[in-house]
Amino acid sequence: MAGEKKKRLMQGNEACAEGALYAGCRFYAGYPITPSTEVAEVLSARLPTVGGKFIQMEDEIASISATIGGSLAGLKSMTATSGPGFSLKQEGIGFACMAEVPCVIVNVMRGGPSTGYPTGPSQSDVMQAKWGTHGDHPVIAVTPAYVQEIFSETVRAFNLAEKYRTPVMVLYDEIVGHMREAITIPEAGELEVVDRAKPECPPEEYLPYDQRYEIPPLAPFGEGYRFHVTGLNHKDDGFPTNDPGMIEEGNKRLLRKIENNKEDIWCNEDYYLDDAEVLVFSFGSTARSARFAVRKAREKGIKAGLLRALTLWPFPDKALKDAASRARAVIVPEMNLGQIVEEVQRHVAGPAVEGIHRVDGEPITPAQIIEVIERYA
Amino acid sequence: MSAGAATAKKQKISVPFDYSKYLRAGKLPHIWCPGCGHGIVLKSLLRAIDKSGLEKDQICMVSGIGCSSRTPGYVDFNTLHTLHGRAVSYATGVKLAKPELKVIVVTGDGDALAIGGNHFIHTCRRNIDMTILVYSNAIYGMTGGQFSPTTPQGSMSTTSRYGNIEPSFDCCELAKASGASFVARGTAYHTQELERILLRSIQHKGTSVVEIIDSCPVYYGRQNKFKSASQMMEMIEKDGTVSVKQADRLPPEKVEGKLLRGILHEAERPEYCEEYQRLIDKVHGK
Amino acid sequence: MGDRYELRFSGSGGQGMILAGIVMAEAAAIYDDKIAVQSQSYGPESRGGASKAEVIISDQPIDYPKATEIDCMLALTQEACTKYHSDIKEGGILLVDSDEVKDVPEGRFRVFSYPIIETAREELGKTIVANIISLGMIAELTGIVSRSAMEKAVMARVPKAFQELNRKALEIGFEKARELKAASS
Repeated sequence: MAGEKKKRLMQGNEACAEGALYAGCRFYAGYPITPSTEVAEVLSARLPTVGGKFIQMEDEIASISATIGGSLAGLKSMTATSGPGFSLKQEGIGFACMAEVPCVIVNVMRGGPSTGYPTGPSQSDVMQAKWGTHGDHPVIAVTPAYVQEIFSETVRAFNLAEKYRTPVMVLYDEIVGHMREAITIPEAGELEVVDRAKPECPPEEYLPYDQRYEIPPLAPFGEGYRFHVTGLNHKDDGFPTNDPGMIEEGNKRLLRKIENNKEDIWCNEDYYLDDAEVLVFSFGSTARSARFAVRKAREKGIKAGLLRALTLWPFPDKALKDAASRARAVIVPEMNLGQIVEEVQRHVAGPAVEGIHRVDGEPITPAQIIEVIERYA
Repeated sequence: MSAGAATAKKQKISVPFDYSKYLRAGKLPHIWCPGCGHGIVLKSLLRAIDKSGLEKDQICMVSGIGCSSRTPGYVDFNTLHTLHGRAVSYATGVKLAKPELKVIVVTGDGDALAIGGNHFIHTCRRNIDMTILVYSNAIYGMTGGQFSPTTPQGSMSTTSRYGNIEPSFDCCELAKASGASFVARGTAYHTQELERILLRSIQHKGTSVVEIIDSCPVYYGRQNKFKSASQMMEMIEKDGTVSVKQADRLPPEKVEGKLLRGILHEAERPEYCEEYQRLIDKVHGK
Repeated sequence: MGDRYELRFSGSGGQGMILAGIVMAEAAAIYDDKIAVQSQSYGPESRGGASKAEVIISDQPIDYPKATEIDCMLALTQEACTKYHSDIKEGGILLVDSDEVKDVPEGRFRVFSYPIIETAREELGKTIVANIISLGMIAELTGIVSRSAMEKAVMARVPKAFQELNRKALEIGFEKARELKAASS
């Protein structure tokens, strides 16, 4: 039927690739690793059809490096990986933070540590996403839970990367990565697509790290703005500096540009939050179990609610504090041994905070969550 | 020959090359130690770039970490100072994303052949169009004189206090075996020859690798009892090498143990970005 | 139909259980306008070992994507049957290959036993379509997706050269399941 958009059954990883293309991604460099490989497979086929570039690099480090290079040459760029590959990419992620190069890093989380459980899901890279690379710097990480949402959050990840000149991580797990759901690809223009700001000044006046801007415009290489990019602490002109004041100011500006824009970066789902006395805070595929559990609890007359983070970093402390102020308990289910629960504890005073953790490669079930909800009912 | 022509020729020789056209105002002095050859190499490189006729906007210079990798900071191109060993991978991204850029990678022996060894060989294998200049001074200079993959066996360094027991890499053989379609070696001593080699390497389509034998008098020289920077240059770069053009004519004992200078390998192989464009065209049914 | 209808396809790697799950999900979500989620669990090997795919079908958005109380399960090997049958709910359906699954588990569910792989070999000369015969049987036994949706879903997934073979396999599945139902009622 004319005008009716076609539904397609799609894997989460395919939806990620399609979302990237929708967002304007035209460069992908990656290395095969379970359970993220389908992202690369789809893009290897699809990118050439839109004139984009796909390259399979010799390792994970080369992949993030080429991704950053592609972005500096002006293309929206992405790489995808899992577990051990995410560890290897950290030095490049740090470079992208420091040099303020927009790019998207997808991590389809699998069991660890080390080679761990390649075909099993996990949510144990959430702290690594924040602190994995050395040095102090903010990150943005989005945590979709549904296949349609992997599409839209990948688009949002590109938008945030371009807008804030920073690497953005898309974190989901093996369950949503490999699961299939029907999705509808939006028409062009239906979702917002953001392109990075480019300089309008004459080249001789261009400062790639101009302190007068919160997020300075970024010129692509080869368009007349000859500038310097380095992973060293640098001045506003991009050249290295040993000046303590400039080093401190540069590092603080990296933090500020994210901190000052949290309201714009944050995205949550509120589910029965208005009168929730037992609050569940969750993200990713575990939040699907939590949502199910909250609905079942409501059917039993328990005032349960879910705060689901779609932006995990920067941490949604404001929404959490607000919801927790009305709750007697905050339950934090996550497929790890207790990472986000500690972040929740940091921000919540008053209500009891209890984690539900699982690292056996199986999802946290609604029954596990209901059991704890009922204890606080 | 007319008097006019003679004058013109004479003038051409006597006009000093204006390096300032390519150097960034206010970024000198450089960080290199007195006696280091990196500055000499830079001058040969800038003259070669000038002869190539490339516009400054067209050039992207990418480096890793180390003394030579500070070069991009001084030159007025699109410049990218990346991470230790990763220069060629960043450069691959830049080149594939924007094939119209001329990508020149400046790296060192430790950067390219140790921590970046895997990236180096795979870049050569792809034969992506870029010029990789390996400044080879047989030492990690920036960290204070540790042995590198090109340090000769027996040499002293701060991490080989009893003499280096590791065999060294031949950078050029490695590049050739990995698939680089242009492989050459020059030295900081033979500046005119180096300029010619660098021009050819820049003009080459595909991965070109030039190993540039250079001396680190401060960290290699002192630990290995060289008297001075100039003595080191003469022993290692002048007397320790022989031109590939002369090598055939010289008796074997005059060639043995010496590194060959000049263009060592040149081959026609499909270039990666062009192959990728062919792939795009094929997908579009062209 | 209730909140969730849960199906599990199990066998060994290489028997097309994941494809069966995908086809079932497409029949429901694309051609029958329901909501479906398909997921799988698998080991590092693509051949051998117990393999399972799960499909949840609902009229409402599906949150928890894995099976918890199974309405219908298929088992093409003894290993898969033994390993995965415990989640079948009371009154649910277990369909097994009668040649492969000799030790049929006891439970408060209905068991349908049929030589599915042998039928594929005998009637179509290809054991590879045992999964498609199974899909036909499950569609008929459960009624969870329409026959036409199942046909469309199978045809959309198989290459043209194999469409006739698969159409026949599906027909055989529908027919055998009708016979089984008639015999059991």
